[in-house]
Parts: sequence; structure tokens; C-alpha cells
Amino acid sequence: MTQAERLYYRDDPDEMLLRPLDGLTLIYHRPSGITHIVDSPVPEILAALSHEPLPARLLLESLSADYDLEGEGEALDNLAAHLEELCALGLARAR
Amino acid sequence: MRHHLLLAIGPARFRIGSAWRGPIDALRRLYAAYPQSSQDDAVADFTVRLEPAGIGRRWWRPSVRIAGDYHLPDAVPMALRHGLLAAEMGMNLQMALGWRRHLLIHASSVEKGGKVLVMAGESGSGKSTLAALLGERGWRLMGDEFALLDFATGAIHPFPRLVSLKNQAIDVMRREVDDAARFGPLMAATPKGDIAHLIPAAEAVSRMSEAAPPALLLFPRYGHAPDIRAVGEGEAFMHLTQASTNYVACGEAAFTALHRFVTTVPSIALDFSSGNEADRMIGRLWREHAG
Repeated sequence: MTQAERLYYRDDPDEMLLRPLDGLTLIYHRPSGITHIVDSPVPEILAALSHEPLPARLLLESLSADYDLEGEGEALDNLAAHLEELCALGLARAR
Repeated sequence: MRHHLLLAIGPARFRIGSAWRGPIDALRRLYAAYPQSSQDDAVADFTVRLEPAGIGRRWWRPSVRIAGDYHLPDAVPMALRHGLLAAEMGMNLQMALGWRRHLLIHASSVEKGGKVLVMAGESGSGKSTLAALLGERGWRLMGDEFALLDFATGAIHPFPRLVSLKNQAIDVMRREVDDAARFGPLMAATPKGDIAHLIPAAEAVSRMSEAAPPALLLFPRYGHAPDIRAVGEGEAFMHLTQASTNYVACGEAAFTALHRFVTTVPSIALDFSSGNEADRMIGRLWREHAG
């Protein structure tokens, strides 16, 4: 499966506790007990993820409705890279 | 064990046993104002044992191994003449590895007017000496080593053990405290340098069950030209997670308590080159942020 075909989702919205911190966002990931300090656009991407598995392309459309994203091709590559990082950290899932 | 003592410091109770009388006698004298018991059935949170490092080492070149509920298997045994330090290190180790009732932050703390100044920093930053100094100058010493942050209320609880003075700090405090009876023996050339313990002022001990809310967080740094710099909430949070020995173990409660702490208490980095200078700078900062 290519990266463009991968579907991204979150298991349970309650598995994370998000708190604003001085322009950054603190995330407490309940299943692992790990604390993450993240910057934009990570909180926005997490907010766009849901139970429903979606490809990066559709997630980008959803984010574009709320945020001014420049250059569609570059934005999609960046979003896909962020999603893969979030999966590696256990904060998002893909299939 | 042959010699033992039960000692309460703040909310924690320690049973300290020793194969030798010397360290227990020293603790009994230095902690005379603290609740103590020699009853065998008294309940303790932690046990610390000072044991001979090997067969025969109780008499021949007596050497102390720190044991207890929590211990470091690779720790090098210490000379018996440093037995008091071994007992203190043993108690610190139990707190650092085993305490779960509060978020334990490696920081000193002092209180004035019902509000707490917390000072966090690496070893050598001057946080311990500053707390000892302020504890003689109108502040209540709450602790020179660990600040205990209450998960539910956000208050700081005292843990006013003996102040552990290292190297130059010993002379600084001898000039400040005109009472030789408040000092423990000078232990020269220990693994931590020259060490002498100072008994906290009477108020620190008599009020050791009184918690208070934090009002200012400082990151002192000794040995630099005087300077102050605001520390962002994110930077403060990161430093404090690193300065806490039980942040990970305490899970979500620790996360919530620490987030509240850094978002409600101003954080400032303070560089200083002498105790008097730091005292003046802290006085100004305190009036500005907690007055």
C-alpha cells in the first residue's frame, strides 16, 4: 500500500489529555503515560482525526476549511509526514 | 537491627536501622526537635538500613552499605565516619524512588506570608544554600532538597530535613548562624565533597505539617553576573519534569498538577554571584510577584 492510500484515525478521543501551554500544547497520552510537548499543526491534525479512517487527502480538505494552507502538493506531503510521526508516537493509527 | 530510630520529617516517616551506634546517635541529636520513636511497632513509610559492606566490615575498616526498601545495587560503600551522610542519602533515596503521595520535585522551598517560593536547579545551582540562608532571614525553610506538590490542592508541603551544606556553603552558613550546636560534624572528603548538616530553624520544624500555595518559581544559578530572565511555561514544565523523580510514576495526576503549577506560578531564571546579592534580588522579585 502506498502512503497516499493509507487511512489515518484515532481510537478513542479520551485517550489523550490536551492542555495549552504558552503557545504550545501539552499532551498526556493515557495508554502509555507519556507526556508530549507539541507545536502547531499537531493539535489541529489530532482534532481533525476521528474514529473514521481517512486518507491524508481528505484530512487535508477538512483542515483547509478551517486553516489557510499554502501549496496543496507541499501541504499534503507535510501532512502525511506529520501523520506518520504521530503514528510512530502512538498518538494516531493507520491502516 | 542493633540500633534504630523512627523519625518523622514532614509527611514521611522513616525507620533507620544501623549496625553501629554512631550514626543513630548523631541522627538522634540533630533531629532532637522532630517526632522520634524507638518503638519496634511504630509504623514507617520507609526503612533505611546501614549495614556492614561485607563480612567483618563492622569492625575492620568499617564500611557502610545503604540498604532499605529502595536501594542502588551499584552504590559504592561509604566509610563509617560518613555514616550520618549515608543515613541522609538513604532517606533521600527512599523519597526519590518510593514517594507517591505528592509530586516530588528536586527543589528547595521557603515560605513567607502564607506563600511559597520554590527554587529548582541542578546540584551546585545554589538552591540549597539560598534556602538555608533565607531560612535564617525571615523566611520559613520548607526544604532544601525536595518540594512536595499536592496533587489535589496544588500546595507545597514541607520536607524540612537537615540542610546538607557542601563545601563553601558550610562557611557561608557558619557566618550566618551563630550557634555551633545547630551544626553537625564536618565530614571531609566524602563522595559529595566536604559536608556538614545544619539543623533548620525551630519554626521550620514546629510548622513542618503546614502546607502553603506556591507563588514564585525560581531557577537560580550561582557563579554568574546578576541577571533575571522570565522562563516560559513550556520551558518551566520541561525543567520540572526532569527535576521530578516520580513524575512518570504518578501518571495523569502528576501531569495535571504540574500543568496547573507552571500556568499559575510565574517562573524566573536568576543568576547571582553571592548570597547577599541573591537575597536582595529575591526580595524585589517577591514584592513584584507575590507581594
